[in-house]
Amino acid sequence: MIDTDVTGAGVALSLLLVAVAIALSWWQRLGLQRPLAWASVRAVVQLVVVGTALTIVIDEGSPPALWWTWVVVMVLFAAETVHRRAPEVPSARWLALSAYGAASAVTLGVLFGLGVFPLEGRTLVPLSGMMVGNSMNATVLVARRIVEELRDKRPEVEARLALGQPSREAARPYVRAALRTALTPQIETTRAVGLVFLPGAMTGLILAGVEPVDAVLVQVVVMYLVLGAVATTTVTVAVGLARRLFTSDHRLVRLPRPADA
Amino acid sequence: MGLFALEGVGVATERGQVLHDVTAEIPARGVTVLVGPSGAGKSTMLRLCNRLEVATTGRVLFHGEDVVTIDPLALRRRAGMVFQRPTLFGGTVRDNLAVALPGADDATYAAALGRAELPSTFLDCPADEISGGEAQRVCVARTLVTDPEVLLMDEPTAALDERPRFALERLARHFADEGVPVVWVTHQLDQMRRLADHLLVVIAGRVRYAGEVGALDSHGDPEVSAFVGGAR
Repeated sequence: MIDTDVTGAGVALSLLLVAVAIALSWWQRLGLQRPLAWASVRAVVQLVVVGTALTIVIDEGSPPALWWTWVVVMVLFAAETVHRRAPEVPSARWLALSAYGAASAVTLGVLFGLGVFPLEGRTLVPLSGMMVGNSMNATVLVARRIVEELRDKRPEVEARLALGQPSREAARPYVRAALRTALTPQIETTRAVGLVFLPGAMTGLILAGVEPVDAVLVQVVVMYLVLGAVATTTVTVAVGLARRLFTSDHRLVRLPRPADA
Repeated sequence: MGLFALEGVGVATERGQVLHDVTAEIPARGVTVLVGPSGAGKSTMLRLCNRLEVATTGRVLFHGEDVVTIDPLALRRRAGMVFQRPTLFGGTVRDNLAVALPGADDATYAAALGRAELPSTFLDCPADEISGGEAQRVCVARTLVTDPEVLLMDEPTAALDERPRFALERLARHFADEGVPVVWVTHQLDQMRRLADHLLVVIAGRVRYAGEVGALDSHGDPEVSAFVGGAR
């Protein structure tokens, strides 16, 4: 595996690619030179810090409490990110927390409970990261879409309520549309895998010298993990949010339209 | 005893106080018209009757019973509502009627269409391919499927041309004569005069007049006179 190790000089040379991006931005007068440079520097710093911390956490002698603390912090951070990216969604932070709680129970339960992977820091931490990171976009998307649908289709929703439909039933067509929108890209990605692109985990393993067939097996499990996590988080958020947007006497709460950016 | 009674009802929203200490009664027969300028609180009063809105203070009674003690879903089927714009759901007219009463046979749906003066051939029509006036009558039929005791109509002709407007007014009169009382919200005085058996004039969140249309012009309230005179 030694021949695929990247040296410091290698990293420095790869900066040439950032320079290309900056040069293109300058040439096309995009004004993105500074953000590009800043993002590249920031990414290095963040990854070095995380890499160092990971070395400690996934070390063979590290205590399980440390692994789980890492997972909890990651989930808290993700919930905070969902809240920040979807400010118009009421209780977004709590909904995201419960969604990641449910997704953790389901995905980690299957992977470790059924012995697909041995429960170690080396497996728990990266798999949790895949679970949380990959379901964040879909979680934000579904939450925003549900609020938008129920706000824009208020007359339809109220017409359903006025016919005596319970709120859960009245919201169902709109919740379903939002869930389909959020889940479809993940299904598309899963379908195109291998043909259109090589996924990150597999690429990483192959670069690190693992046999492609072994890398594929890991990738398949990671892909199913992501699919399961996206489905669990989006459905948990959708069900919780649909409940949160109606009162107990089946009225749709007021959903003010945010100011145009 | 009236059909609906509002007792000291106030409604406050983030936009401010929409209704102020309203006490009024809606009789159990005929057409009751809630009239007033735009933004006066007429629709809010109507929506209190089927609990799409709740009173901040005071109480709303249906047949003498506080609406908060009635199951809201049952209340909404007993007090059917038709909205300002015809709001049809996807699918066919039959699919729309099935939202109100799932699993009923075509005879039931056709009977509801018939009461709204639409032929049963409409059942297979895609809901997004019918005209505004017909769409509003499908909405009326959809409401009638639940066999409501009263029809709450929130400016139902606001989006319609003259002919379908008159047709819907005739329909409302017909329901009232059949024994299904109608509560009709409008800001049009000519419509009010054509329809009202009983009248509530709502101005700036308060009921300023309650009674017969005939006695309206001799009513002494200057705001009511200004509205009736100014809007004529």
